[in-house]
Parts: sequence; C-alpha cells; structure tokens
Amino acid sequence: MMLAFPLPRYLTPFLQAPALLALLWLLLALAGPWVAPYLPGEVVSTTVFAPISARHWLGTDYLGRDVLTRLLYGTSSTVLLCAASTVMACGAGAFLGMMAALKRGMTDTLLSRFMDGVISIPSLLSGLVAVATFGSSVPVLVLAMACIYLPGSYRTCRMLALSIVQKDFILAARMRGEKTSYLVVREILPNMAGPVLTDVGLRFIYAVRLLSNLSFLGVGLQPPQTDLGSLTRENLLGLVYGAPAVIAPALAIAFLTVGLNLALDGKGRHQ
Amino acid sequence: MSGHSPPPLITVRNLCLTGRRATGPETTIVSNVSFDVAEGEMLALIGESGSGKTSIALALTGYARTGCRIAQGELRVAGHDVRTMGASELRSFRGKTIAYIAQNAGAAFNPALPLMEQVIEPALTHHILPRKEAVDHAIALFEMMALPTPHTIGARYPHECSGGQLQRIMAAMALITEPEVVIFDEPTTALDVTTQIEVLEAFRVAMRQCGFTGVYVTHDLAIVAQMADRAVVLKNGSVQEEGPTGQILNKPTQSYTRQLVAASQPHLRNHDALPPATPLLDVQNLMVGYGAIMPNGHPRHTIVNSVSLPVRAGETLGIIGESGCGKSTLIRAIAGIQPWSGGNMFFAGEPLPPRIEDRTPQQRQHLQLVAQNADLVLNPALSVGATLRRVLTFYNEDASDAALNRVLDMVRLPAAVAGRYPTQLSGGQKQRVNLARALAARPRLVLCDEITAALDTVVAAAILDLMMELKRELGVSWLFVTHDLHALRSVCDHVAVLYAGHCVEFSTASALNAPPRHPYTRKLESSVPEMHPGWLDGVIRQNGLKPGRVAPIPAHGCCYMPRCPVAVADCAQTPPPTWQAPSGALINCHLQAPDLS
Repeated sequence: MMLAFPLPRYLTPFLQAPALLALLWLLLALAGPWVAPYLPGEVVSTTVFAPISARHWLGTDYLGRDVLTRLLYGTSSTVLLCAASTVMACGAGAFLGMMAALKRGMTDTLLSRFMDGVISIPSLLSGLVAVATFGSSVPVLVLAMACIYLPGSYRTCRMLALSIVQKDFILAARMRGEKTSYLVVREILPNMAGPVLTDVGLRFIYAVRLLSNLSFLGVGLQPPQTDLGSLTRENLLGLVYGAPAVIAPALAIAFLTVGLNLALDGKGRHQ
Repeated sequence: MSGHSPPPLITVRNLCLTGRRATGPETTIVSNVSFDVAEGEMLALIGESGSGKTSIALALTGYARTGCRIAQGELRVAGHDVRTMGASELRSFRGKTIAYIAQNAGAAFNPALPLMEQVIEPALTHHILPRKEAVDHAIALFEMMALPTPHTIGARYPHECSGGQLQRIMAAMALITEPEVVIFDEPTTALDVTTQIEVLEAFRVAMRQCGFTGVYVTHDLAIVAQMADRAVVLKNGSVQEEGPTGQILNKPTQSYTRQLVAASQPHLRNHDALPPATPLLDVQNLMVGYGAIMPNGHPRHTIVNSVSLPVRAGETLGIIGESGCGKSTLIRAIAGIQPWSGGNMFFAGEPLPPRIEDRTPQQRQHLQLVAQNADLVLNPALSVGATLRRVLTFYNEDASDAALNRVLDMVRLPAAVAGRYPTQLSGGQKQRVNLARALAARPRLVLCDEITAALDTVVAAAILDLMMELKRELGVSWLFVTHDLHALRSVCDHVAVLYAGHCVEFSTASALNAPPRHPYTRKLESSVPEMHPGWLDGVIRQNGLKPGRVAPIPAHGCCYMPRCPVAVADCAQTPPPTWQAPSGALINCHLQAPDLS
C-alpha cells in the first residue's frame, strides 16, 4: 500500500515555525529529566527563594530545591500529558467527524447533538468534576482532557469533511465502489490535513492552559509529581520577593502557549 | 488617418500588466497592448481564458486584481488619464464615466436588498440624481431593456429573477449614471442560447438609445459578429490582430485568428455509419422527481417525465436542452446517483438497479460518468498518476507504468503529466485527465455531462475530436449531454431534445437539420449564434422576442404549449402523441409533418 502523502504541498509551510517550535518543546520534555542538574525532590540549598546564581541558574524554591531542575521536570510532564490528551482528542475527533460527514443521517445527528451537549459544559468545570469523581492521577487527567477537547476537534473535522464529501471526486470514488476506509485515508484526509494540523496545535494550547489551571487550583498533578501550573502555585509566596521560582514557570507557560499560538497564526496568514 | 476625425474616446498605448503569486516572481500578464476606441464605437476583445482580456478591461477602469498591477503604458478614457488619478478621483470616474457589466449577474447582486435599491445606488452615491428621479430613470431603463413589468420588477429580490433578467437589470444599473464608456465582460456566457438572444438585443437597443462607447469582452466569435464594430484578438497577453469585425471574421491574417475562426465553424466529426440496432443501454419511461410522493405514486415535482432512450453499442447519443430541462438529472439517474420513481433501465440486456450500491461491479465498471467540472472531479491532493493508477488497480487491470502511459496516451497527454497535481494543469488538460479516469476502467458506455461547457472554443474542439477518435479506436459508446447545438451535431449519431423533462424529439443527427421538426427544436436551432453580422436581426424578425410572462405548463397538455408559436387548442387539453416522420425522427407534437416543416 503506498501511503505517500503529498508532503511537499501540504507540509512545507507547516514544517517551518510551528513544527520547529513544537519539536523543540518535545525535545525539551523528553531530554529535560536527563539533563537536569539535581533530583527534583532534593533540597539543595538552605536559602529559600534564592536569586539567580551560578550554582542555581534559576534560583531555589520555597523549600530550597533547584528551580531549573523542577522546571525541566514540570515542562516534561505538562508537554507530554497535554500532547497525549491532544492526540487522543484529535484522533477520535477526526475519525468521528469524518464518519459523521460520510454517513450523514441519524449517525450524524446523534453524534453532533451529543458533542454539542459536551461542549456546552465549561472545560474547567468538567475537569474539576472528573477529578472530584475519579481522583487526581495521570490517566484520569489525560482521559478527562481528551474527552473535554474531543467535541471541538470533532466539529472542526466534521465541517471540513462535509465540504470535501460533497466534491465530485468523492462521488467518483463512491461510484467506483470504494470502501469507507479508502475514502477516509486517501480522498478526504489529505485534503483537510492543513487545517486539521492547525487545529491540533490549538487544542494542545488549550490543554496546556487547562492542566495549568487545574494544577494551580491544586487538583491537577499531585506531589511529588510536578507540572508548570503546580510549580507556579507552590512558589506563589515568592512573588513578594521577586523570586525567579515563580516567574520562571509562569514564563514557561506563556512561551509554550503564546509562542505556539503566534507561530500557528503566522502560518495561517501565510497560506 | 485624416486630421478631421475626432480623437478616440479610449486610447491605450503600450499597456503592460504584471502579477505575482504570494511569494513568486513577477510575471507579465499583458504586454505592449495598444488600441483606440472611437466615440460611439463597440470594440470587442477576443481571446481564450488566460489571454488577459478581462485584465485589460479592468485596467480601463483603473483597477488591477489583487496581486496584479499596471506596470507601464498609457490609459486615456474620455479625457481622463487613468493612471494618474487618485483614489477619490477614480471612485467618481468609475461611477460616472465608465461602468462595468460582469459575467455572472446572479453573483454580482446583493441577495439581501431589493433590486431597485441596488440599481439606483450609483446615481445616489455620485449625487447625480435625487432619489425619485433615479427611480423614474431606472424604470425607463427597465422598459428599454424589455423587462417584464418594468414598474414593479425593482421591488423583487435577485433570487426572484432569472439569469437573463438579472443580466439586463445589471446593464440598467450600469447605465443609470449615463456613463460614456460601458465594459461588457462576457455578459451572456452563462446564459442559454434562447435567453442570450433577448439579452443581446436589449444591449443593442440600449447602445442605440444611450449612445455610449463599449468594450465587449468575449470568446464567442458569433457574438462579436452581432455586437462589435471592431475587434482585437488577444493571445497570452499580446495583440494578435486588430481590425473591423468583418475582416477579422472573414479574412483573418494571423494564424491564431484563423485557428479561432476554424474552431467556431461547425463541422462534422462523426463520419461513421450507424451501428446495428442492439441497445446497450435502454431507458424506458424514466420518471425522476423530488418532493412528497403523490397518490399516483410519483413525486410532487417531476424533473424527468417518462423519457425513453435507447443507446446502441458504439454510437453517440446526444441530449440537448436549456438549463433546467432535466438533462443533468437524467444522466445522474442513469449513473445511479439520483433515485428514480418510475420506469426501467437495462444495460447490456440486464436490468440496471437504481442505486449504484446495488449494481454489480461489472455494471459499475462498464458505465462511467465524466462530470462537467474537472476542477471538482480530480482530488487536489493526489497526483494524476495516483488517481489513474487507483482506477486501474481497483478494476484489477494492469497498473504498471507502461499501462499508465497507455491511458495517458489515449487522451493525448504526455507521460510526464502523471507526476503533476491537478492544480498544475490547464482546464483542457484537467478535462482530458477526467476522461482518462473514466477510460481507464475500460467502459462500454461513458456518460458525459457538459464536458466542453467550461472550455475555450479551441480546447473544446480538441476534446470533441478526441471523443470521436476514441469511439473509433475503442468502440466506446457515448451519452453526450450539452446545450451546444454545434457540438451536438458534429459528434452525435442520435439526438434527444429535452424540454421541461419531456423528450420532445428523438432523431438521427442528420434528420435534425431537415423538416419536419418539433417547434422547440426549430427554436433551438435558430437561437444558435451564427458568424454573419445580420443574424440577430434576422432571428428577431422571424421569432419575435419571448413574451415577458410565460403561462404555466398545462397539467394534461403539451409541456411546450406556453412558448409554442404554433400551438393549437388541443395542446392545452391532451398530451401530444409521438409520431414518426419520414426522416425517422420521433416527434412529440399534436401537429403533423406538413405543419412543422
């Protein structure tokens, strides 16, 4: 089976800023724990909220732990958790969206109304409910975020697929008697790859924001695990001392979300 | 030449237009174009798509499309130097001095406003007339354009008018400020031949009464013959030939113009004898419609009404009719993508199920549809090679590179095209790939839905030639749907004339030229523009113009009765019988042969 996507035509603009940035963050997330100078739970200094120094590049936190180390671990969990839930949400969303567009009728109506119902609940609220019901653990958080962002992805993909399904080349393939799987993989997906990848990027940013919010409220990742949101929260006291311990994770969240957003935006304008 | 003649109203000298894609280099669209238009004259800009004719016409209004710019040259229109005017000067120049009539009036009107508001808008924005006088002036223009109910038509919304009416209303909008120059950009290309006549006549009346100077952009030489005094032939952005219309059409000096004229001349491509009378596809009493099912078992609105067509193996059957006559619906029903409510179909002796899903793989393979718009039919994400190869592998044919090249060669495309994507192909190449996709399945019958409608004359002629070659080489049968009578005559063995879902005449292509003919066939025939200048006057003298309001089709009588010039009392009461003329034509009419010759 040849599955050669027309890479030059659809992925060239995408391979520039946004993909490079995403790759950089992923690399940081994977390599972070290996290059961290200390252990994340190790108290390495007697000074709390120490300023930037040669020994502690980003100072120390409220217990005297190395902030750079904890930031690297935090970035790792934030990026990997959110990436996992985004992949799940968008994978399922794209699949269901294309199915709804292809089948139409009852399948489409039931799926769409159900998704509309889910989307009407504020994401933070459903996140809190999920954590309150099932407890806070990595699988619960990933699954909850996947469920929260599935309807949005479903709607985007359904809209894109609907306009493609009505094109004559789908009709021609159907008249030939092609199977649904062929229609999805070869005829529909390549034509919506660009907008869908942009959507994946946006969902990832939403997921980072939601996870950081949950952790900031104390219901996200629980110690000893750490992520960018919980790092900000536990060092909140450092704000009065102007400690890098609180500024660094907040900046990391900003760089991750705003940077990726700007890059995706720029790509959208470019096309 | 003589010092006494007045200076030309429009002067274009060494005009160059350039354009660029998002990041690409600047390319030349139009280079070194010069021409003059005298006051009260109509100049035609002739050329294929991409020849730069619309870009030149837009440049006269000081406008360049996004990404394009007027690089150099001199543009003088009615004493204004277009290139030196500022934005506000241009705004007033465009409303008062020059007006533009676009190709697709249906898309040019705002659907949320009544027509009168839009027609008088130029007069109000340029403070030429107070509101009340503008309305009166608009009504006078509607009358001049021979629009039905000129006093109340302005209260309608765009969707309540037909395409031909909208085109005339748009002309009224252009003329309301009494401009000195009017640009017509293919104003009748999207219209049926019968409607085209009325619109052309309205334009001519307007030109005689208002006395403006015109620039007429078109690719149709027959229309040029009716409308223009002089013509400029363009190719790839440069002038090929310029001269009076008669000279361009009758004694062209440049090879390109000769080619263009030759492609517009009707000529017979189909020289084969009729094959034996075994029908490959037999359509019997087909009924197609939509809406709720009525007690008699048929849908509320019928689109195709009891049509029977036999298509013999190895022949070309043409279906002709104006837009909305049900020809596309008929072909979609045959293709299995439009459910039908009554009648039967047999393909190669076997019954053909209505739904494509219920048909056998052989039936699906042997019956291929080639749709009108090649842009929509080819998947933009797949290369030509991948598209064709999929068809070959799907039907378990040899899908090697050699086989692929054979398929491409069938439609006279070079092997290198296999690596290209649809967006990198021209319109004619796309249509060839579209044909190749159908032919790769080794079909016995190919259904063609207006495949030449969107193509230029020269390209369309090449596609028709190709169809006939393939018919001889492969023995393929064609079902050819069109509204172009010239194309129909040149390639078809049999012809079915469709009107309002009824097959009013079924005959051999040669019998179509000779009486007796159905009144509608005769009307269609006389509506096809011809290349001699007196044609339009002749047609109007002979047929008169269509009355503004057409009566509804009688429930039990003949479908053509409301528009029929020779209708008798019976026509409104009883459905017309079908009888056979001596020429072999089956005619569906109450009148007999002597009355219809």
